[in-house]
Amino acid sequence: MSKEILPGTPLSSEEFEKSITIEEHPTLEYRWDDGIAIGRYLKELKEGRIIARTCCGCNRTMLPPRMFCELCYRPTDEWAFVEDTGVVNTFCVTRVNWDASRRGPDEPPLIPAVVEIDGASKGMGILHLLGEVDPKKVKIGMRVKAVWKPKAQREGKITDIKYFKPY
Amino acid sequence: MSFLEKPQRNVDLTAYDGKIPVHYKYTLGLAGDKFFTAIKKDGKFVGTHCEECDVIYSPPAIYCERCFASLEDSWVELPSSGTVVAFTVVTEDDQGKELHCPQVIAAIQLDGADNVFIHRVCDCCIEDLGIGVRVQATFKPKKERKGTLDDIEYFEIATE
Amino acid sequence: MGLRKVACVGAGITKFVRRAKETGRELAWEAAKMALDNAGMTLADIDCVVIGSAPDAFDGVHMKGEYLADGSGGFCKPVMRHFVGGGTGVFSPIHAWQHIASGKFETCLVVTEEKMSSCFPAPAGAFITIFDHTTEQPLGPTLIWIFALEMNRYMQRYGLTEADIAKVSVQNKFNAIDHPAAQLPGKITVKDVLNSEVLAWPVKRLDISPASDGAAAIVLTSEHKARRITDKPVWVSGVGWALDTAYWATRDLYYPQYVEKAARMAYEMAGIREPDKEIHIAEPYDPFDYKMLHHMEGLLLCKRGEAAKLVADGVTARTGRLPCCPSGGALGVGNPIAATGLMKIIELFLQLRGEAGKRQVPGDPRIGVAQAWGDLMQVGTVVVMSR
Repeated sequence: MSKEILPGTPLSSEEFEKSITIEEHPTLEYRWDDGIAIGRYLKELKEGRIIARTCCGCNRTMLPPRMFCELCYRPTDEWAFVEDTGVVNTFCVTRVNWDASRRGPDEPPLIPAVVEIDGASKGMGILHLLGEVDPKKVKIGMRVKAVWKPKAQREGKITDIKYFKPY
Repeated sequence: MSFLEKPQRNVDLTAYDGKIPVHYKYTLGLAGDKFFTAIKKDGKFVGTHCEECDVIYSPPAIYCERCFASLEDSWVELPSSGTVVAFTVVTEDDQGKELHCPQVIAAIQLDGADNVFIHRVCDCCIEDLGIGVRVQATFKPKKERKGTLDDIEYFEIATE
Repeated sequence: MGLRKVACVGAGITKFVRRAKETGRELAWEAAKMALDNAGMTLADIDCVVIGSAPDAFDGVHMKGEYLADGSGGFCKPVMRHFVGGGTGVFSPIHAWQHIASGKFETCLVVTEEKMSSCFPAPAGAFITIFDHTTEQPLGPTLIWIFALEMNRYMQRYGLTEADIAKVSVQNKFNAIDHPAAQLPGKITVKDVLNSEVLAWPVKRLDISPASDGAAAIVLTSEHKARRITDKPVWVSGVGWALDTAYWATRDLYYPQYVEKAARMAYEMAGIREPDKEIHIAEPYDPFDYKMLHHMEGLLLCKRGEAAKLVADGVTARTGRLPCCPSGGALGVGNPIAATGLMKIIELFLQLRGEAGKRQVPGDPRIGVAQAWGDLMQVGTVVVMSR
């Protein structure tokens, strides 16, 4: 390891563009089953309700619901409806899209957040978005409530909740 | 419903459709760069030679996989003729769709090389093809060559 | 425990770059060959090969372990590839340790590689499927969300500011100036970090390590082999690893429990009772600046919430009481995921041998710890090395 000049040949963007490269566009598509627990969760979202699952081993009410408890490693026990309100555990304000491109100047930033839902056990947060709020005014610990899509537009997806707003 | 119960009606099963929305651009690498440049510019095959193991790699590597020696300065030129080591006749494409004419794919060992590479064999000579048959590369005209495996139109049975 | 002692006897590394001309297997060979040369060994001396590489979706090569095998010295040898996300690089020596400590093999070549530049439009796009396909993907998440969420939670929990955290980036990029593999070394200020583009508040451009191409390799051997090869073996004296639940939003993000679990396991094996006093040098994983602080706390190198103060006071500088990331870390040297973890192991190897050149930490360090982290912010991998 005494070498001062290490191997490795950096290419600049121009050199890369000029060099021969092989391009590959994978054409695979996937269909991911919702499964039993999440299937029910989505069905209830369509009805405008949030459903969780309880485990009497650890006494947790778990969200998202699951058919087995990962702590007790046993089947979970009951379905339980929880509120559509909660507390912001953490949030961020993002201008970046999935492909690292930036949101346009006219597009407001997104505010992803972990929301701890009322009625679920402490700390059982879900990932969602915040809305109807100035990003500068969002605080950790802020109370929020789900804003649902109109019933006719709901399709049994997590996006049936448009976002959570302060309340 | 317990964990072990199976849903009784398929209508209860829902799914989410998606894909991994990325694509790739691969560099040819140090060895690939020389190999494909020789095909593009000169219509020739080159390889690397490990003297220690007495092995010639074509397609080449900048190292000997057997002894790990650097082969970066051990380039040799190879003829464009070789021998079929294995072959198959393909009748459908990678999506399972039937091809309008069958394609012959072969593992070809260039004369002098110790490894093989995969390419097409001209479909006009399926009857005469067999393991051990001598073949010869046909390159595309120089101005159509781009420095990829497709610069070799196909291999055909050698007439020598 | 009936386990044999395992030593590191050689190391090799390529430059970490934005885009390498070499293919992944060529990078692997360059690093692996250098590690063998450094150990004064040949491929014939190697009993088995361990390959660490992060998701196939980065390089765009399915079954990357098999693809990398020949460049990693795996020709007709027992080869195993492992993958635990960003934790892969530090898991690599753990994997090799298992092979040798068990008595099965005497020597193991450990090779890590990543070629992230193959992936378009951005390597982060390959990560879309690490989010739950049903409950998270429809929201359009990007990897950076979870880091920003975690950083915000961590700052809020301990009352830290963005400037407190930016000091890590300043320190590590400065340290990287002396690293020959470094991709993003430099003298920057806290202001530069704060003024850099906000990607997902609170995360800014200079809070993040770059995407990189690169490879790193080491040679591990049993004790009796090591004694014949070198008079300066560096021992793998403690190993630990742990995985938390994939329900990442349902655990509180301010503290990496899984890192503490892994660290306690490694410290117990190494006989370390007071890590904050006994460890001379640390290489916590720093793909983001706040992560170094987060991980210092998980590694029990300081009390929770106090890591930022140690950085501010210069305790973690190369000349401080507890140098952290003297290599320059992922922030400065670059972050070809699996190779980054092994780069940290190599830094300990060199530092403990007194061969780190301009980067040498003063005071004759004898015990070091390296750590990596990854997957859905859920894996902790820890290695203690000593002289």
